[in-house]
Amino acid sequence: MLLRHTTAKEVDRKALTVNPAKTCQPVGAMYAALGLHGCLPHSHGSQGCCAYHRSALTRHFKEPVVASTSSFSEGSSVFGGSANLLTAIETIFTVYEPDVIAVHTTCLSETIGDDLNQIVSKAKEDGKIPDGKRVIYCNTPSYVGSHITGYSNQVAAFIKFFSTATPKKRNVINLIAGWMEPSDMRELKRIAKVMETRTILFPDMSGVMDSPLTGKYDIYPKGGTTVDEMIATGDSKFSIGMGMYCTQDACIKLENKCKVKFEVMEIPIGLKATDQFIMSLSRHGNVPVPDSITDERGRLLDLIADNSKYFYDKRVALFGDPDTLIPLVEFLLTLDMKPVYIVTGTPGKHFDEAMTEMLKDRVPEAKFRSGEGADLFRLHQWIKQEGVDLLIGNSYGKYIARDENVPFVRFGFPVVDRPGSNSFPHVGYVGAINWVTKLLDVILDHQDRTCAEEKVELVM
Amino acid sequence: MSEYLQDREKQIVTKGKDAHDVEGGKPSLSGSVSQRACVFCGSRVVLYPIADAVHLVHGPIGCASYTWDIRGALSSGPELHRSSFSTDLREKHVVFGGETQLYQSLVELIDKYQPKAAFVYSTCIVGVIGDDVQSVCKRVAEEKSIPVIPVMSEGFQGSKKDGYKIACDALAALIGTDESLDVSSMSINILGDFNLAGELWILEEYYKKMDIQILAPITGDGRVKNIQNAHRAALNVVQCSGSMMHLAKYMKETYGIPFIKVSYFGIEDMSDALYEVAKFFKNEVVMDKARELVKDQLKNLLPALEPYKTALTGKKAAIYVGGAFKAISLVKALRLIGVKPVIVGTQTGNTDDYRLLKTICDDGCILVDDSNPIELSEFVKQTGADLFIGGVKERPIAYKLGIGFCDHNHERKMALAGYEGMLNFAKEVYETVSSPVWQFVHRTSSEKN
Repeated sequence: MLLRHTTAKEVDRKALTVNPAKTCQPVGAMYAALGLHGCLPHSHGSQGCCAYHRSALTRHFKEPVVASTSSFSEGSSVFGGSANLLTAIETIFTVYEPDVIAVHTTCLSETIGDDLNQIVSKAKEDGKIPDGKRVIYCNTPSYVGSHITGYSNQVAAFIKFFSTATPKKRNVINLIAGWMEPSDMRELKRIAKVMETRTILFPDMSGVMDSPLTGKYDIYPKGGTTVDEMIATGDSKFSIGMGMYCTQDACIKLENKCKVKFEVMEIPIGLKATDQFIMSLSRHGNVPVPDSITDERGRLLDLIADNSKYFYDKRVALFGDPDTLIPLVEFLLTLDMKPVYIVTGTPGKHFDEAMTEMLKDRVPEAKFRSGEGADLFRLHQWIKQEGVDLLIGNSYGKYIARDENVPFVRFGFPVVDRPGSNSFPHVGYVGAINWVTKLLDVILDHQDRTCAEEKVELVM
Repeated sequence: MSEYLQDREKQIVTKGKDAHDVEGGKPSLSGSVSQRACVFCGSRVVLYPIADAVHLVHGPIGCASYTWDIRGALSSGPELHRSSFSTDLREKHVVFGGETQLYQSLVELIDKYQPKAAFVYSTCIVGVIGDDVQSVCKRVAEEKSIPVIPVMSEGFQGSKKDGYKIACDALAALIGTDESLDVSSMSINILGDFNLAGELWILEEYYKKMDIQILAPITGDGRVKNIQNAHRAALNVVQCSGSMMHLAKYMKETYGIPFIKVSYFGIEDMSDALYEVAKFFKNEVVMDKARELVKDQLKNLLPALEPYKTALTGKKAAIYVGGAFKAISLVKALRLIGVKPVIVGTQTGNTDDYRLLKTICDDGCILVDDSNPIELSEFVKQTGADLFIGGVKERPIAYKLGIGFCDHNHERKMALAGYEGMLNFAKEVYETVSSPVWQFVHRTSSEKN
């Protein structure tokens, strides 16, 4: 047993984190920055940060991830990293020629107090930023929030540096994507197209973090929201933010800066969240919901009805990020399952409130926790106290799944041991159909493998 | 612009064209897309495989998250090393200090897991906020009666290579603190094998056949007690010289234990590793056993390699790995199966390493230090390489370019050491180079250029 030390009995822990359900801000900023076309993320800190973030993203997406680093040394930690960043800006525009450098900080550069605003202004004064090129930045101290916070800060920085209001509003809706897969972004764009709405999706990692094999390597792949589109978001008439944690900040900033009204909703995972998204898009885009979308919904319902008996009352444990866990828990309830244990390392009240709201009547025995002390060790202890029928989470769930012999669906970041996260959407009605088949596959495979021989059924 | 490019010129050499040496060991310029990592990374990978110790990362969560079970270093017993432990420093700790958090975490961790020792890794900000990690470790060591070893690995202090040295210092603190194991007169420590995909176990089999005792594997399948006893071995056998030379030298100075440098990769180097050990013990019986073993192994291996060699002859390979020693072994091993190295680069090689590499490569081979994805893909295009050998960040680049790839780093899935390792390597190269998928990259041949 890989986790043989985990016991059912919970001993109060005041300080120690074991097997975290989160990681640090900068990797989120790096991921979000990759969703801007022609952008090179830059890590202002030690070399290791950048190497780790690139490796973490590469392991998950199986894609090249290019990002640069200020390569802090002992001297930078004493005298500040200003000289490093100035050199870096010059080197990057010379050698890697991006349109945009998106600088994010790290725990080290934050602790020593580097002022990015000042450093970037100096770079501009010194003529280190070529005409038409840009350097944007955001603060992502690793000791605040989580990777989700870093993502949010980077998206908010896009607004700060790009979004511009001209006197002319356009009949366009901004779709602000929370942390999701490139396959999800592709699906959102498809839905927008089918609904004949004009939208700007940002950040957009489709075509960047799922680029095709062509025999050529391009450090700035075809995809990503363009700088022009990003600027134009200030003229859009409405923003839909998907995921409170990842996009609320950006929505508010855009409203303050360019008077673009907004609505923050859950990432459209599952039936209810997708309904909400489609209705919002229809209302603000002033378009009817086309039959083809209604048919997708109907096919989803049909699939759920066909299989509802296999979902009923199944106990589920989940871990991951709040913006995806909230709609996913709602969807599990739609399927008549029982989400009993839910853990996210990302701190924040909205998660706790949303869980309380969803679960207090329907699964009163459910346990959930966010922020400090919300780690996989605790989740495992809960599972040991009373078992579950299904576990949903990133690849680090595999130890628990194996030790407890629980069916396991991989979802979240990082998934490093199975393909698919990138190939199939999790959002929209089509994404929900994928969810239903994925969940059923592991549950029924488990049943087929473990039930008594005489109970093996052919027709299910 | 010109300055950067002039600087890079010193780090890139084409054999037969450029007269100068590759200038290795230079710090990366700020702003480069370096494939290199930090001090913490170096220390963490070296100590990671010690399986009955807990490894507590003192810092914000990231450093613990990114190093959570990413190295396939196998253990034959405890699995403590595969969990992630962190003090998860928050803003309040940055302001008020993290010593209490560290103390509390260590106590909770040791009470819970009852490890044989604890390693505490300092990350970047720990040094800056001024936590006295050493005194906390000392206090907990006294209270819990186990070794609690501070690893002063603040990331910004240098490169991964500097981290190796700090890990060696941490190991040095353990060595010599126990004398309870039985030690034979023909005992060795294996330094610098990390038991990736079970490679140490292959070596153990070989040395066992020669009646040699492996006292302490450092650190693959590592155990605290064996490391504590390591000062009692007759010889240190050092692989991956980049990471462990510092410890070998320390043990020579402090305990008078001589060391030899070896590689277990490829037929020639593997056989040398066995012969050198036999030679050291000046024992004809042992030498005979070594010869017997090699003969035995080659009897099966050579014919088994033949079909791969036939299929692969004329193929060209690009190598970009961490250490130069590995690169040298790879060049030799590739030759054995008919593959010609056309690019050889490392993250941490020094000028001498590159001089040696230059002598064993063919004319036209590009030697490069601290490269980046753009350069590497450009070199692949120039040389027409069919195969790339590297680590996690290089894999998808190779695939995008439509060529095969072998992981010779943490994510190797098959043992590459020893004679079985050589056969595995040949299989892996063959499998990836001859995969049908590459035929479909270009829909028509006219698209090829």
